[in-house]
Amino acid sequence: MPIPLPVEISEEALDELGRELDHIYDSTIADLGAADERYIRRLIKAQRSLALGSRLVMLAGAAVRGRARQPSPGRRASSRMIGGVSMIGLGVAKIVENMEIGHNVMHGQWDWMRDPDINSVTWEWDNVCPSDQWKHGHNVVHHTWTNVMGKDRDIGYEIMRVTPKQPWNPVYLAQPVYNTLLGWLFEWGVGVHETDFNKLLKGTAQDRADQLQSLKATGAKAARQVAKDYVLWPALAGSAFVSVLVPNVGANLIRNLWSYMIIFCGHFPQGVYVFDEADVEGETRARWYVRQLLGSANIKGGAAFHLLSGNLDHQIEHHLFPDMPSNRYQRVAPRVKALCSRYGLPYNSASLSRQFGTTTLKIWRYSLPGGTDVSIDRDRVAS
Amino acid sequence: MARALDAATAPHGIDRYIELVSPTWSTTEVRGRIVGVVRQTSNTVTLTVEANRNWHGFVAGQYTQLTVEIDGVRHTRCYSMATSATASGRQFELTVKAHPNGLVSNHLVSRARPGMVVGLTPAQGDFTLPGQRPERVLLISGGSGITPVLSMLRTLCAEGHSGPVTFVHYCLTAGDLTYGAELSDIASRHPNVRVIKIFTDEPGAGDFDGFVSVAQLDAIDASWRQAETYMCGPAPLMSAAAAIYAEADLGIRLHTEAFTLSQWIAEAPDVSGAIRFTGSGTEVRSDGRTILDQAEGAGLTPKSGCRMGICHSCICPLVSGTVRNVVTGVVTADRGQDIQICINAPVGDVEIDL
Repeated sequence: MPIPLPVEISEEALDELGRELDHIYDSTIADLGAADERYIRRLIKAQRSLALGSRLVMLAGAAVRGRARQPSPGRRASSRMIGGVSMIGLGVAKIVENMEIGHNVMHGQWDWMRDPDINSVTWEWDNVCPSDQWKHGHNVVHHTWTNVMGKDRDIGYEIMRVTPKQPWNPVYLAQPVYNTLLGWLFEWGVGVHETDFNKLLKGTAQDRADQLQSLKATGAKAARQVAKDYVLWPALAGSAFVSVLVPNVGANLIRNLWSYMIIFCGHFPQGVYVFDEADVEGETRARWYVRQLLGSANIKGGAAFHLLSGNLDHQIEHHLFPDMPSNRYQRVAPRVKALCSRYGLPYNSASLSRQFGTTTLKIWRYSLPGGTDVSIDRDRVAS
Repeated sequence: MARALDAATAPHGIDRYIELVSPTWSTTEVRGRIVGVVRQTSNTVTLTVEANRNWHGFVAGQYTQLTVEIDGVRHTRCYSMATSATASGRQFELTVKAHPNGLVSNHLVSRARPGMVVGLTPAQGDFTLPGQRPERVLLISGGSGITPVLSMLRTLCAEGHSGPVTFVHYCLTAGDLTYGAELSDIASRHPNVRVIKIFTDEPGAGDFDGFVSVAQLDAIDASWRQAETYMCGPAPLMSAAAAIYAEADLGIRLHTEAFTLSQWIAEAPDVSGAIRFTGSGTEVRSDGRTILDQAEGAGLTPKSGCRMGICHSCICPLVSGTVRNVVTGVVTADRGQDIQICINAPVGDVEIDL
């Protein structure tokens, strides 16, 4: 049984929609060139300069504090200010590395340049999650099976109830609390997401060995990340170790909270559809497109927001064309939106406060039993 | 020290930060900057490249894999060093001829300029003079195949080699000759060196006429059978000479370097052919389906994910041959390029590293 559609569309019209989306993809890929290459290279250069610069400023801040056990109030204040600025700088650098660069490079968006260093095979990101685990859980499982119950492990990330289709159990009562905790510790949540704890605890011997290996790989990557952020760089400040440790912790928290917020707005806001396995049996490419469209939500924002959200404010375009370079989403969005309008399909795009607000409300509401299914959110149908 | 720096700059590593300062700086990669550009003829360019510290010289006859960026895409081709291998320092010379469909060669001939940064590999290839120099040497080249053979000639001259050296070069017309003045100069300064220029499309203009033959070789150097022969040139020259040497039972004296013209790309979908999976040594007749399907049909279990071209889990390097993307129709024949095997089908014979 094919996926439920909010409007009547004939098979022929659906196939035509599929061809039009194919055409948007093909024409964009054919047009890639030196300008796109300059974009990603300049961005990577700027990001690395910001990361390195922030770390050096952080060390300078520690030096201003000096070696004295009791620094003067003036020195202490300047040191804290420098620490704060460098913390925000490093936090932004980490956001850009994870989102606009890492996530998109690992999708293969830049493989066409054939640069072995900016490539989905080789890229390792500044995050405790090993990139090969991320690529499997995200690129393969989530992007292929977007919002299909029982297939997509990103529906509530296996720990939260975000749709009434998920049967309720008492553990969900606590989800408003652990949802908040997940925001603060988001990178660690991502790091263990690929490990299936059910299998680890209750699976066959083979299952347990596999899951243990996945957990160990995360442990090894996390050890390198922790050594870098919380040992090596602070150690460079000598006795002012803590003055560098604190802004490093802060930078990772900034990245965690921001990426949590943006990513939760991708598939959980009001109006997003969830599907059953039976819906996708024998799914055509055109219907796969429609599922991506109905299962994703955009956030409205300006140029800086595009960059800081890793262009995931164009989640719909990203899900239709996951390996299209992200700098192109902004340009294809009006074409996608026009198609939706022509076919009467919803195009879920709203402000950050609406998308994050309804996401949070859903997490609170569905922590309790029951709840109504999301049907067509008429307000959001493109017109 | 290097390990500490890599740990502090994890996960990207110190090189990714060093290159922010200068594009040729690297602790491990070989890169070079073009410092000299001379266009000897209308369709060639002679580049002087200065490599970074990771370049450790070369042996006469070897080549480097040079990488350039064209419209945002990196392309890699092999070019032989033309300089004497005895020269110290990290500078060397390459001569590139524009081929009609040669993307990289045309780019370099029309766009190369001083300051351009290129990717390199350490010198490689076993088309080289033996450490114990042969007494009698015959060097044969055709067109842009002159570079490795010229490197051998320059090296022998720089070493003061005293045995007889005959250098035979074929090109279409006198206007296509590169290094003409230098070759004449070498011949005049080294009594043991003879330089023979043959212009195959311009009878009477060179020292001899026509293509390589036993009669021609006899006329050039009566004792060519006693010489160790090093040859590089286009396929027709190579196969004609190889036949002559095989006929004379001298195959062991002939050393060659094949250089391919632009990669051949099939015009029409061609489903016939063989797929060889080089990693596993498996070979199957192609049935036109995607490479992933055919690999699985052959009992292999390649890594794959979405099977629709979106997740990039299944990418493998193309070793040789041509593939066609069944979604976009784009045809690829670049060796070593990563391809998504779930949406690419072979066109003719292909080899995949799987």
